[in-house]
Amino acid sequence: MPDFLLYALLSGLGVALVSGPLGALVVWRRMAYFGDTLAHSALMGVTFGLLLNINLNLAVAIGCLLLALILVALQHNRLLATDTLLGILSHSTLALGLVMVSLFTNSRIDLLGYLFGDILAAGPGDVITIWIISVLVSTLLLLLWRPLLAITVHEDLAQVEGVPVAAVRTALMLLMALVIAIAMKVVGVLLITALLIIPAAASRRLTHSPEAMALLASLLGALSVALGLGASFIWDSPAGPSIVLGATALFVLSLLRPAR
Amino acid sequence: MTEPLIKAHNLGVHRGGRAILSGADMTLERGKIVTLIGPNGAGKTTLVRCVLGLIKPDEGRLERGPGLRIGYMPQRLHIDPSLPLSVHRFLTLGGKPRVPLQEVLEMTGIAHLTEAAMTHLSGGETQRVLLARALLRAPNLLVLDEPVQGVDVGGQEALYQLINDIRRQRQCGVLLVSHDLHLVMATTDTVICLNQHVCCHGHPEHVTSDPAYLALFGESAKPLVAPYTHHHDHRHDDHGNIVELDSEDHA
Repeated sequence: MPDFLLYALLSGLGVALVSGPLGALVVWRRMAYFGDTLAHSALMGVTFGLLLNINLNLAVAIGCLLLALILVALQHNRLLATDTLLGILSHSTLALGLVMVSLFTNSRIDLLGYLFGDILAAGPGDVITIWIISVLVSTLLLLLWRPLLAITVHEDLAQVEGVPVAAVRTALMLLMALVIAIAMKVVGVLLITALLIIPAAASRRLTHSPEAMALLASLLGALSVALGLGASFIWDSPAGPSIVLGATALFVLSLLRPAR
Repeated sequence: MTEPLIKAHNLGVHRGGRAILSGADMTLERGKIVTLIGPNGAGKTTLVRCVLGLIKPDEGRLERGPGLRIGYMPQRLHIDPSLPLSVHRFLTLGGKPRVPLQEVLEMTGIAHLTEAAMTHLSGGETQRVLLARALLRAPNLLVLDEPVQGVDVGGQEALYQLINDIRRQRQCGVLLVSHDLHLVMATTDTVICLNQHVCCHGHPEHVTSDPAYLALFGESAKPLVAPYTHHHDHRHDDHGNIVELDSEDHA
């Protein structure tokens, strides 16, 4: 196997590992649109990172967190529904990112790479970064699993039972921002949410417990990465979108199993 | 007499410059059932959320007894169908049970449901599962928000009977919320009628000896679910202000 394909595969598997449990939470908590908004703001984070010359993963994570804070502040005002606010933030930040890229970076960066991922350009450094963050976030998800499930089922009930709801919710947002920063390399800002929700949705019909669904989502995610990279290698199709299509194919297959 | 579990004094909550609860007093004691009734928007949920510690009152004082442990049964449970969750898994989401699981399952009559999916339960089954989760914490205060909602009439009576049994066996205090002005448990020790403020409160027995009540149900009728009829000495205008009633219709 050529080196570039090995690095690509390892990067993809690293992201698939964490996107299983995180994606399941996104599906259960109906946060898909929120995830999209965070991901779209990632491009803005990239340009800030380039302008200020700081680590891009860090810049993206910080950008996502800032966006989450802005959203919370706007939600207080309650005149507009959350999905309207998300729509405004999502597309404004994406547009701002696109404008800033072309105005300030003299096309030093490969815009398409950020929009659709450039997993085939991943090097050993990327693999290490992705795996460190993936293992870190997975561990934290494991430690916070019961409180996360409890607030997903009923926030007030969890609070009365002693779960620090606001802290757990903030932690989830933070972990999501970190995962978006590493997933951007694999599928790009426009397709990150797909990698989170499609494998999780595909495992819904095949499992009967939250844990099984999260684990199977990781496996299906890994399988999607392998399928996508294989297709990309054979047919020279773009790798990121091919991975997403791999996940879509698995989802369609899961529909064949009758719902119980 | 032991210390009260909760003593609320003159509680008030404001939102957007409007009082949604004001001057509310309430005492919750072990082994006593207090029922909160009132129309929608009367501040029942607000008062309950204060008791639960989910919101801080803007006015007044809320004293919690030492060792207070609340078992809460929320009004509505919406679990996204995408979340595969068995009854057993749901019950253990609240942490390690302080009471043997089997004991609670038998008491609430849901032992046969443990492997069922939460999203496939009927209204009555859901309410019993919620009650079981509250009981697993070995609470000394049960807060039950509309416990019979979505339950058929026969099931409502059985559920009230169960709550009454639990109160007697465990000697816990119970705070019950109902939006139905006329459907109040006969076993309730105190009824509090709320409409932004406490309109009236008292022992339901006073009420069940009321001529209007007897006319409605007859001497022999001592139903577990008893209607609580009462008159208001005032009404509320469109802004929630109190208007004294004089010659107006008391219907």
